[in-house]
Amino acid sequence: MKHTISVLVENQFGAFNRVATMFSGKGFNIHSISIGETENPEVSRMTIVTEGEDKIMEQVVKQLNRLIDTIKVIDLTGQTRVERELALITVFYQKGTRAEVISICDIFRGNVVDINNKTITLEITGPPDKIDAVVNVLEPYGIKEMARSGTVALKRGEQLKYDKNSVTQ
Amino acid sequence: MRTTKQKLSGADIFFECLRQEKVEYVFGYPGGAVLKIYEKLYDVKHLKHILVRHEQGAAHMAEGYAKATGKVGVVLVTSGPGATNTVTGIADAYMDSVPIVVFSGQVATHLIGNDAFQEADIVGITRPITKHNFLVRDVNELASTIKKAFFIASTGRPGPVLVDLPKDVINSVCEFEYPDKVEMRGYKPTFLGHQNQIKKAAEIIKSAKRPLLYVGGGVIMSNGERELRLFAKENNLPVTMTLQGLGAFPGTDSQSLGMLGMHGTYWANQAVNNCDVLVSLGARFDDRVTGKVDTFATKAYKIHVDIDPTCIDKNVIVDLPIVGDVKHVLAELAAEMNEPLQIDDWWEQINGWREECPLHYEKNDGKLRSEFIIEKISEKTKGEAVVVTDVGQHQMWTAQYYKFNNPRSHLTSGGLGTMGFGLPAAIGAAFGVKDRPVVLISGDGGFQMNIQELATAVYNKLPVKLFIINNSFLGMVRQWQELFHDEKYSFTDLSESNPDFVKVAQAFGLKAIAVNSPSKVDDALDEAFAYNDGPVLIEFKVVKEDMVFPIIPAGKSVNEIMTKRLDPKEMV
Ligand SMILES: Cc1ncc(C[n+]2csc(CCOP(=O)(O)OP(=O)(O)O)c2C)c(N)n1
Ligand SMILES: [Mg+2]
Repeated sequence: MKHTISVLVENQFGAFNRVATMFSGKGFNIHSISIGETENPEVSRMTIVTEGEDKIMEQVVKQLNRLIDTIKVIDLTGQTRVERELALITVFYQKGTRAEVISICDIFRGNVVDINNKTITLEITGPPDKIDAVVNVLEPYGIKEMARSGTVALKRGEQLKYDKNSVTQ
Repeated sequence: MRTTKQKLSGADIFFECLRQEKVEYVFGYPGGAVLKIYEKLYDVKHLKHILVRHEQGAAHMAEGYAKATGKVGVVLVTSGPGATNTVTGIADAYMDSVPIVVFSGQVATHLIGNDAFQEADIVGITRPITKHNFLVRDVNELASTIKKAFFIASTGRPGPVLVDLPKDVINSVCEFEYPDKVEMRGYKPTFLGHQNQIKKAAEIIKSAKRPLLYVGGGVIMSNGERELRLFAKENNLPVTMTLQGLGAFPGTDSQSLGMLGMHGTYWANQAVNNCDVLVSLGARFDDRVTGKVDTFATKAYKIHVDIDPTCIDKNVIVDLPIVGDVKHVLAELAAEMNEPLQIDDWWEQINGWREECPLHYEKNDGKLRSEFIIEKISEKTKGEAVVVTDVGQHQMWTAQYYKFNNPRSHLTSGGLGTMGFGLPAAIGAAFGVKDRPVVLISGDGGFQMNIQELATAVYNKLPVKLFIINNSFLGMVRQWQELFHDEKYSFTDLSESNPDFVKVAQAFGLKAIAVNSPSKVDDALDEAFAYNDGPVLIEFKVVKEDMVFPIIPAGKSVNEIMTKRLDPKEMV
């Protein structure tokens, strides 16, 4: 089963490498990995999408925790969360298909970010399965190049029940 | 003490930090990138630098010192080849959780990445084999980094830490202040063990009919031997130990079943196979212990106490995990117990296995055998020596026949199985231990892997007892060739190429004795133990083709244990 794991690490030289080294050394899969700053410039957040049996996933989380540079490890799997990925996709078009490609882009609420006389580049964001769907639809036109950012994810904020008494007038 | 702010060079800061960490010995070797440090070292009085003959030797010496004393072992080497030569020792320390800190020189920061002379990315190279490592990029971070390095190496599950020191960092100057505390939000190493889990464990142990304690090196690292003894003795519990656990519980005690696993005793392995409650204490269910995992202790409810959460459910799924410091958990467990377990039937069964298949070797053919020598060493030292081994058959015979009475007395490379560990580790141990003899039991093969360190032992007049069990073979490999590889003795016969070890030793300046018959063993050992002006070596020329029994072949179950060489007649 796929797991999305969010890891807060010290924003420090080598922290990313340590995580990557651990994954390869232990033979764990990585589907995608992304890293960037958080609200605190001393801390980076890595979002790792990995896959394996539950026991392996437990080991992944423990091994991540064991690294000195990791501050917090949260397995977001099974939690309500927001997941997003960004893809840039350059697609070939022929005379008659340009409009089709652009309308596909519109359906998926993407943006056209570049065009020349052979290809058109789309920017699509959304949950990873949406990106998969776009790729699937665009494939027949011929995808020249693609770059996917890997998943970033956050736990959803707690849903507070509406309480009319607490509404300030 | 110079703790208030003053301007010091990186090299001075380095030594001030070591002083604050109360480092007594640094095992090192000079070179270009650390010349400034060696310049300062010339006048340093608060620690002793031990010049090794190869940097691998330095790493193993630091390990030997650390394992024997419980303190952190310290290594200092130059960049490039100096640093890469320590890699095997670092990997060894990582596998066996030995607290060492390795300081490596590095080219100046502006040259890093340029393939500068003697540059190696040692931080990258050692990342998977250190508990943590650091590249110090600014002299202002030097003191706090060293503080962290010692803290990380010695706390929690101990392990090696490498600190890479670029030449310009060593040369530059800054205000020095040694922090007295370390704050690392990602590293909180103390765990006390969950109260309810401990209570539950105690209830389960109380109700056990066939309990067994399976003790690993973690008990020794946490200094939990007293707690273990009390817990086992007061509750009448049988104890078996891993290779690294030997010494945690006295080998002469009737409740000790000796070592378990591949070359463990028949009765310890039968006990594991038949116990109903298995309590693992600071052990990690290594494949040399479990054999075939599916058949390991299948009848047992498994309790696993370990400070490292990653050890739990890694190889064997357990029923009750307790993450915590073993010493602390043992004390808490003991407090929950009330009376000795009534398990006479179980003891009877265990003692039955003990009689059914004791450790044995041929004593009546007049030939010199390793087992006999090791038994003699055990007798002469009353199980009180610090015994260091190399890797191979002699290592397993030592584990079987030396009756360790104390923790930190059996130093061996278990996890990595590093030939060449023994001699330097014994030297390191001898620097740390002055009140007990330090004995090396090495094979003829492994002894040659760091033989250059004889010079270190001689120069420092260390009274180490160096015993070579010379079977003229890479014996352990030969054994596997005989048992599992169609008797193809491919490149394991050293009889044509071994040196005369006595002459070699003499050339290095050692006292050296050759022994080739059982009748000479007593006198030679007496002579060696009486000589304390420097190292002494005995070359024991033993029979060539003996094998270590029992053996459970790799990946097999206890039922497939082999207890003796097959008679050729039985084989056809
Ligand atoms: C550095 C290293 N290389 C190879 C091995 C594989 N190996 C394990 S035991 C052994 C033979 C050891 O021979 P010796 O030192 O003579 O000890 P004996 O088994 O004969 O007692 C070898 C080659 C190893 N453990 N370490
Ligand atoms: Mg040999």
